[in-house]
Amino acid sequence: MLVKSLKFRDSLLSVAEEQVSILSNYSDRDFSSYLKNSGIEKLTSRKVEIFQVNLGKMCNQTCRHCHVDAGPDRKEIMTRQTMETILEKLSGTGIRTADLTGGAPEMNPDFKWFVKELRLLGIHVMVRCNLTIILANPKYNDLPDFFKENNVEVVSSLPYYQKSNTDRQRGEGVFESSVKALQMLNQKGYGRDGTGLLLNLVYNPSGAFLPGSQASLERDFKKELSEKYGIVFNSLFTITNMPISRFLEYLIDSGNYEYYMDKLIDSFNASAAKNVMCTNTISVGWDGYIYDCDFNQMLEMKVMDESREHIRDFDLEYLDSREIAVGQHCFGCTAGSGSSCGGAVA
Amino acid sequence: MDNYYQSKDLKKFGEVEEFNKDLAKKFFDYYGAVFAEGALTEREKSLIALAVAHAVQCPYCIDAYSHDALEKGCSEEQMMEAVHVASAIRGGASLVHGVQMMNHVKKVSM
Ligand code: SF4
Ligand code: SF4
Repeated sequence: MLVKSLKFRDSLLSVAEEQVSILSNYSDRDFSSYLKNSGIEKLTSRKVEIFQVNLGKMCNQTCRHCHVDAGPDRKEIMTRQTMETILEKLSGTGIRTADLTGGAPEMNPDFKWFVKELRLLGIHVMVRCNLTIILANPKYNDLPDFFKENNVEVVSSLPYYQKSNTDRQRGEGVFESSVKALQMLNQKGYGRDGTGLLLNLVYNPSGAFLPGSQASLERDFKKELSEKYGIVFNSLFTITNMPISRFLEYLIDSGNYEYYMDKLIDSFNASAAKNVMCTNTISVGWDGYIYDCDFNQMLEMKVMDESREHIRDFDLEYLDSREIAVGQHCFGCTAGSGSSCGGAVA
Repeated sequence: MDNYYQSKDLKKFGEVEEFNKDLAKKFFDYYGAVFAEGALTEREKSLIALAVAHAVQCPYCIDAYSHDALEKGCSEEQMMEAVHVASAIRGGASLVHGVQMMNHVKKVSM
């Protein structure tokens, strides 16, 4: 199975407005009214603590559920100039965590430079590493060493501890190389007690269902991965698949769209709504535009104030207490135990 | 009604309280307590429920626990093994009565 990006295939779903229109026309149960019913008049930021940067849509994989519509055929990546602006704006702020994502962020030629510069500012760096990139090309084989030298926190997707589900979602052979990459990271001390080198895994369901309890799944993953492959890791984050981009395509093509949306809406959890990740995160796109989260970024919903929507106009005071732009996709963050880039929130 | 079973009726399970609130409440409280993590994990309970759903051949329960088992992180192999357990017990329950048949035959035969 070789999937191409929606954009490459010229799919209508590659157009953000088309996705927004499909999502908003589905049901009259709208997200804002659910927020109001749980006592949240407007969703607002509490304080920006995590600065997420999308280094580009280029990726060595083309996972079927990808909300970024990433792939080898995507060429949009962040320039060093934009990175420089980010560094300049971040310096002297109280923001202590940068979360680097993509695509495969490591494919950006300025990735290593950017990580080192962030570290010089004393910022803790998390990298969303898809694991297979480490083995995709000899030039990436040194990534585990690089991560270790810079004390980078590695956050990696592994949808299941078995080959079949993982490969169906992420591509043939992905499970095997993910296992090898995890073993390489373990060899460097990642995921091992006492090293301080954090290795966290991300679980997301391989289909139109919600993730179960984070604690139980973590226990199962730890047992299976250590018994079968000798792999250790710190925490498992459970993430709900967002009904956007390629996962939206999957939902529609498989006849699960209505079922899944109803499931998300029916599982609305008010305490998850109070802790959605946009309340402490912002997300900067490859072209420097600022969004309330990575999902809004993919739907091209920038932060509300047009005069402060680009990194060159970065205004932390505004961002710290900004009102957040919400839509029907937000039900993906509030279903069940809730979902964020750091896993369950309720 | 076109069919005895309507898949959308599964969502209406809670509505059984309409005709008797007290008993429905007792049942659903009990149901919730049964499936909570205890000496068995939620995942193990989900697999048992899936097997029982097949044994009692309830289409609602089969849908509900196929979905639940996936959410709980069960693999397809585990789910199918659970169904085989149900099938083996059902088959075995028939076959073991063969002994009763043999007993009777032997008793009345020369
Ligand atoms: S989900 Fe991650 S690894 Fe998969 S295609 Fe998207 S960005 Fe790449
Ligand atoms: S999708 Fe983004 S904006 Fe909506 S609730 Fe989730 S994090 Fe917030």
